[in-house]
Amino acid sequence: MAAREPLAERAGVTEVQWPPPRRALLPDGRLHLQDGPIDLVIGLEGARPAVIQAREAAWQGLHGLLGALSRELPVLRAPLLGRMPSFTHPVAKRMAEAAWPHRMHYVTPMVAVAGAVAEHVLRAIIAVPGINLAHVNNGGDIALHLSPASTLRVGLVEDPARPEPSGLAVIRGGDAVRGIATSGWRGRSFSRGIANAVTVLAIRAPEADAAASIIANAVDADHPAIQRQRACELDPDSDLGNLHVTTGVGELPPETVAIALEAGRRCAEGLLARGLILGACLRLQGSVRLVGAAGGLAAMEQAAVPL
Amino acid sequence: MVDRTSIFGAAEAGGIVRCDACPVLCRIRPGRAGACHRYANEEGRLVRTDPLLLLTQTDAPLVPFLEGSEDWDGGITRNTFVTAIGAGTTYPDYKPAPFIVSSQHAGVDTVTVVTEGIFSYCGLKAKIDTDRHLGPEAARVMHEGEQIGHVTTAEYGSQMLSIGGVRHLTGGSKREGNVTCAAMLALCGKQAIEVQIEGGSKLILQAGAAPIVNGVPEARMRVGCGSAAVGIFAQQWQGHVDEVIVVDDHITGVLTEHQAGKCLNMRPSGIRVRGRRSTPGRYFQVAHPGSGWGGTDVTDPLSLIESIDPKLAWPGLRLLLTSTTGEDSLYVELDEALRPVPAAVPLAIANSVARIGENCEPALTSILFMAGAGGSLRAGVTDNPILLTRAVQRGEVRVTMGGAPCYLWPGGGITIMADVLRLPDKAFGYVPTPALVAPLEFTLRADLYAAMGGHVDQALSLTTLLEQHGDAAIRSEWRRENPWPSAPG
Repeated sequence: MAAREPLAERAGVTEVQWPPPRRALLPDGRLHLQDGPIDLVIGLEGARPAVIQAREAAWQGLHGLLGALSRELPVLRAPLLGRMPSFTHPVAKRMAEAAWPHRMHYVTPMVAVAGAVAEHVLRAIIAVPGINLAHVNNGGDIALHLSPASTLRVGLVEDPARPEPSGLAVIRGGDAVRGIATSGWRGRSFSRGIANAVTVLAIRAPEADAAASIIANAVDADHPAIQRQRACELDPDSDLGNLHVTTGVGELPPETVAIALEAGRRCAEGLLARGLILGACLRLQGSVRLVGAAGGLAAMEQAAVPL
Repeated sequence: MVDRTSIFGAAEAGGIVRCDACPVLCRIRPGRAGACHRYANEEGRLVRTDPLLLLTQTDAPLVPFLEGSEDWDGGITRNTFVTAIGAGTTYPDYKPAPFIVSSQHAGVDTVTVVTEGIFSYCGLKAKIDTDRHLGPEAARVMHEGEQIGHVTTAEYGSQMLSIGGVRHLTGGSKREGNVTCAAMLALCGKQAIEVQIEGGSKLILQAGAAPIVNGVPEARMRVGCGSAAVGIFAQQWQGHVDEVIVVDDHITGVLTEHQAGKCLNMRPSGIRVRGRRSTPGRYFQVAHPGSGWGGTDVTDPLSLIESIDPKLAWPGLRLLLTSTTGEDSLYVELDEALRPVPAAVPLAIANSVARIGENCEPALTSILFMAGAGGSLRAGVTDNPILLTRAVQRGEVRVTMGGAPCYLWPGGGITIMADVLRLPDKAFGYVPTPALVAPLEFTLRADLYAAMGGHVDQALSLTTLLEQHGDAAIRSEWRRENPWPSAPG
């Protein structure tokens, strides 16, 4: 809660001094960084001096990022069409690159913002030598660094209102997975589908983020228990404009659940075939579909049986 | 509350508010939050979703002497207490706490150090007013399939539970930790949760509400054990009834055999109850624990009578059986064959049973939050943390949680307990560790604060703090049951 001078002349002011990102060390040693909507929980393993240096690097790496992305927001919120727009900041570019393969759907670079920010901070961390394992979790979109010998267990949360893992993904150093992302209609950003959670494993975090949103949008069906509203009615600046987004999902009959999951599975299979993802786990009202055969998915399958 | 919009945002058409808290400059529709979920549009005003909470005493009416006069602050600084709710924490630990507030209380220069603590080591002590048997001691307390605590001692008229603690939060599985954290957060937030005691009852617990045992709300807390009830009412029964059995899971009392009856020269009735006689007229284990009469499994109280001695008993003997709360009672008279037969209840007896009920207090669930604040957060208060610990132990520092008084445990560290009902609403939070986030304020004399190496240079005057943060804060009324936390003499 740093005090800040009132911004008397907001319009036309190009350089505003924003407060630095906030940081806190959680009791279990993880680092919590926050700047505006960016909310990162970072786990580090390695030599003690390296961990301390990497915490500093992560915090420094976040400086100025939000401001830089905000300046490019109008283009980042515009749908990708025939030509790749040009961006100034490398994170903005990564967002657009990750969104680009999905441009047959309505998609904007914002689809990969969380994963791209996580990856950006991860790169600042692994520039510090001596870090064996690092995970940067940006509200469920996770960028990973694993040395060949390390293993990471990731809990999968189905409902953000009940933050308890309902599944587990195990990522080993030898796996190609370095990005994990989860999307669902109850998540932080709008979804056009009805999935409780679609978790995607991919080679990099921005790609995982984009694919999770696209697959979650595809998990859909028509049913009176599904409530939708235009995105712009909820958020006037939403990149989804006047498209409908999901605002409520009542209990669905099993056949509707099956139809929606099947639509999502077909979408995920397509992305898998194009090499855009390594695996996906789709959850809707207690039913699960698994796509892909990455090592981590074996554990996801195990955890997917009712506990 | 001052509208934050005018300083940190801008109102637009259609009730939309633009938030200027960060460069994203979200435009937020009424009733919705920005991308960060920390700022929201509440009826056209920009508000923080986790604002700093200021408590204001409104005992004395605050009337401006001269509107607009410069030195007038409405008396607000004298009557405002900055709680740690919404204050946040600082990192690394050695950095000064989020707010170090200097003010004057009763003419004494006072400093209040305000911080939200993250507590892995914390738990709840639940006191459940009931004489029903809820489960065996040390039985596991389950919530959503995970153990979140255990049954501890039975106290006078109450059963104690221990809920939470570091071993459930971080010592077990991740799910156990998360379920425990969510349960503690709900109880601290004065919400209801359901727990199942292994080998015992299903309970719904909520601070300040009647406990619900196996679906039945508990109404009364027993007046005392069966023996105590006999002691209290013996004189009032004399002349109206020849024998009284007060059924209780702990000690069942029998009036004429009891010292109270003897002192009144009451004639022995010859009625002997089951169980193990402790002293005359006081019986242990007359039945099994349960949800029947007086915390036993008894539903037919006459089954408690082991024998009626024909040499002592007489036809027409008037016998009252009652539970310790008066909720269950039966009046019988012995027939010619000395068999108890239900009879019309004489008015005096009905009144005495009603009086037992009157003397029972409403059964409640009480939740005390307990935590150790002796850890690293002390560094945000002073650069030599042991000096804070010692000053707290000497009684020179008042420790409060959201303004609520704390009981300080003797011995090492700063181990405190507070009644969650005395804290403001929404005072607790959590971090995904899992651990609870709880507000903590240390109030002490300014000179002592300086002497212990406090971060004096970081102290803000209350006036300055209100200028800088008052607009974003929530103001709430001071709870009169809490003592005002001025610095101890």
